Amino acid sequence: MLEHLALLSLAEGGWGLALLAGALMTLALALACLPIGVPLGLALALAERSRYRLLRSFATLFGTVFRGLPELLTLLIIYYGCQIAMQKLLSAAGHPQAVSINAFAAAMVAFGLVFAAFSAQVWLAAFKTIGKGQYEGAAALGLSRRITFMRVLLPQLTRVALPGLSNNWLSLLKDTSLVSTISLVDLMRQTNLAVSATKEPLFFYGVACLVYLLFSALSGRALAFLERYYSRHLRSVR
Amino acid sequence: MILQDIAYFFVDPDLLQRYGWRMLAGLWVTAKLVAIAFTLGMLLATVLALGRLSSNPLLRHASGFYIYCLRGSPLLAQLFLLYYGLGSFREFWQDVGLWWLFRDAWYCTLLAFTLNTAAYQAEILRGSFIAIGEGQREAARALGLRPWVTFVKIIMPQSLMVAIGPLGNELILMIKASAIASLVTLYDLMGVTKLGFSRSFDFQIYLWAAVLYLLIVETLRRVLRRLDARLSRHLHDH
Repeated sequence: MLEHLALLSLAEGGWGLALLAGALMTLALALACLPIGVPLGLALALAERSRYRLLRSFATLFGTVFRGLPELLTLLIIYYGCQIAMQKLLSAAGHPQAVSINAFAAAMVAFGLVFAAFSAQVWLAAFKTIGKGQYEGAAALGLSRRITFMRVLLPQLTRVALPGLSNNWLSLLKDTSLVSTISLVDLMRQTNLAVSATKEPLFFYGVACLVYLLFSALSGRALAFLERYYSRHLRSVR
Repeated sequence: MILQDIAYFFVDPDLLQRYGWRMLAGLWVTAKLVAIAFTLGMLLATVLALGRLSSNPLLRHASGFYIYCLRGSPLLAQLFLLYYGLGSFREFWQDVGLWWLFRDAWYCTLLAFTLNTAAYQAEILRGSFIAIGEGQREAARALGLRPWVTFVKIIMPQSLMVAIGPLGNELILMIKASAIASLVTLYDLMGVTKLGFSRSFDFQIYLWAAVLYLLIVETLRRVLRRLDARLSRHLHDH
């Protein structure tokens, strides 16, 4: 047991530092998907409710595709697809050469799109909880469409959507383990490396599972705090 | 001529002849994997859900812990833990007589998927058992029905109606997650696709896989919606 723990040491010969770096990479990747995923998800939900048929069909198509494809396939299609498209473009422009795109960027885009497709459903459900009176009230006060959305609708939407978005976040966190297949050195990849060097698969995969569990538990705490914060007006005064 | 070029870009007849049947065979592997794992998972999930609702604190905590762990870490890590981790104790499994299970990627994947989906399904079933009103149980007791009969004839049929929507979603998630099986050398749809791409370097093979996955998931989604509407038709006024 003790020699197993030594494998995790942060010093020379231990895998602690490598695993820590991998874990940070996992976290960084998951966080980097949010700036794409959250606004795009909201935009897709708005498009789905728009009065223009073209926008509506686009949003439906986007949702069907990215919710229906396996995440692994989405990732590979974006990673290899972008590479091949760039190569074709370059050779068409007269500069034939091999292109390799950044695995982090590809993963960020792929998971961002998937997150957007799933979170659009959450936003859509949240829109249904907002009564007609809110729109009428805002119109009666003479608020502009932008102000109505930002100051009246969005805060209420966020509160209702938060539990659903937390679920999306937790699956995103777990899905990032797939990037180990496109050789981005995240927690999973680092674990694979450690296993092939030390021949201790049970121990290292167990540790990886525990780290993912820890991340899930910590983000569960953080999100519960956020949910409390956004519904603080609903609490009774004690 | 240009039209034919475009057609070749998406479906090259040579490539189709070489990999078409193999992909369908891969699809069959995916279907078998998901069907078996989902069914076995449902049996385990029923036990877990009942354990989670039992009055025995030990049972309650044990099944709660199991569900928490399996939902909190990625399926990929769990699969590697089983296949590489537990599979490394060859002598032990040979002594116990279970080496056939841990030697074989197919059985390992089946086991990992079953254990994983059981945790998710258990939460769905638990929710649906709770959704049945206490009055149903009281009435059954007043009629002198045994607990087993009450569960099978009264609680189960009603709760399945509540659970069928979420269970369908879980089935779809399972089909998507099954692409991970390709990472432990199984030739499911994703595995055949990766093999085909690594040999031909033709990107269209990924697009075929995407279309196949989308077709299955979308068909399933529509069938489930029909089924859901039919099962709960007595609840809607006409």
